[in-house]
Amino acid sequence: MNSHTYDYDYDYDYIDGNAAAGELSNIFAMDVTAAKGQCAHCGAIKRFAEAHVYMQGPGLVARCSVCQHALLRFVTARQRVFLDLRGLICLILDTSQLVESGR
Amino acid sequence: MMWRVGTVVALQDETATARTITLKVPDWPGHIAGQHVDVRLTAPDRYSAVRSYSIASAPNSERRVELTVDRLPNGEVSPYLTQELAIGDPLEVRGPIGGWFVWRSEQTEPIQLVAGGSGIVPLMAMIRSRAAVGGAATFRLLYSVREPGAVLYRDELQALSDQNRSVTLIYASTRVAPKDWPRPPGRIDAALIAQTTWPSNLSPTCYVCGPTSFVESAAGFLTAIGNSPDKIRTERFGPTGDRK
Repeated sequence: MNSHTYDYDYDYDYIDGNAAAGELSNIFAMDVTAAKGQCAHCGAIKRFAEAHVYMQGPGLVARCSVCQHALLRFVTARQRVFLDLRGLICLILDTSQLVESGR
Repeated sequence: MMWRVGTVVALQDETATARTITLKVPDWPGHIAGQHVDVRLTAPDRYSAVRSYSIASAPNSERRVELTVDRLPNGEVSPYLTQELAIGDPLEVRGPIGGWFVWRSEQTEPIQLVAGGSGIVPLMAMIRSRAAVGGAATFRLLYSVREPGAVLYRDELQALSDQNRSVTLIYASTRVAPKDWPRPPGRIDAALIAQTTWPSNLSPTCYVCGPTSFVESAAGFLTAIGNSPDKIRTERFGPTGDRK
C-alpha cells in the first residue's frame, strides 16, 4: 500500500479493506482484514480485505465487492466513533491470531 | 492499536522519486511479510494526516521497519517523507496492520507475485522473508513498471534471482522496455499473465498489489486462466489513501 505515480490511472475511486484496518484497529481487538463477512444484501461471504473501501468522505464506507451494498460505515467525530454495521449479517473472526500475536 | 514513535536510522534513495526509510521502533512487536503501517504526521497547529505504507523489510529481531515511499507530485505526506525527513527524526507509526495480505514461512505452495509500480513493496517483504528463511516455496514475480528506471530494488532482486533461484523475475513496462525484456511496452494483458505466471494446476497462491485498476485487471486475468479466486489475495491503493 503506497501512494505513487504509475501508468494505471486512478480511474477507480475505491481501495480495499486493507486500508481501513488501521482505523478499525481502534475499536476491534483483532485484525479485520482476514475476517469473513456476510453481506446482508446479496449474502456473499468475502474477506473484509476484499471489500471496496471509500475514504473520500468524512468517514469511511466499506462496500460488498459483489453487489456494492454498504457493509460498514465508520465515522469519527470529536471523541465519538459511529459504527454502522447493518450491511453485515455476520463477521467471522479467526481467534488463532490472538495466540500468534500474544495479544 | 496504539501509535508508537520510531526513529529514522537510515534513508536510501531507490529511484528518482522513491526513498526507503528505515525506522527503529523500540516497542515494535514484530511483523509478518505483507503487512503495512499507518504513518501519522502532525503539524504544530495539531492538524494531522495519516497514510498507509507497506513494510518492505522482512520480519527481523532488531525492531527495524523499512518503508519505501514513492513521492506523489501533489501529495500531502509523501513529499515530506521523501525530501524533508532526516536521520534521527521521530516518526509516529501504527501497526503492524493486516492479517490477510501476508506470506508466512510455513507456506510451501508455489507463490505468484504480481506488482504494479510501487505495489512491489509488500511483495518485496515476502521475497526477502523467503530468502531469509529458505524453505520450499518457489516464487515468481511479474513486475509491471512505467519504465525501467522505476524498478525498485533492482540489484537486490537480480542477486536473489541469481544466487538461489528462489524467485523468478519477469519485468513488464507500460511505456519503455529494453530489448531483453520479454515483450514490447504495454499494460499487462491476458497473454502475458498466461505465459509468465505459474500454471493454475499447481494451485499457486497469488498476491497482487498496485493501483486499483491494475489489481482489478491482473486479478481478472489470473482468474481467467483457472486460478481460484480463493487463492488470489489483493491489495489496492490509490489517491483515496490520502485522508485526514
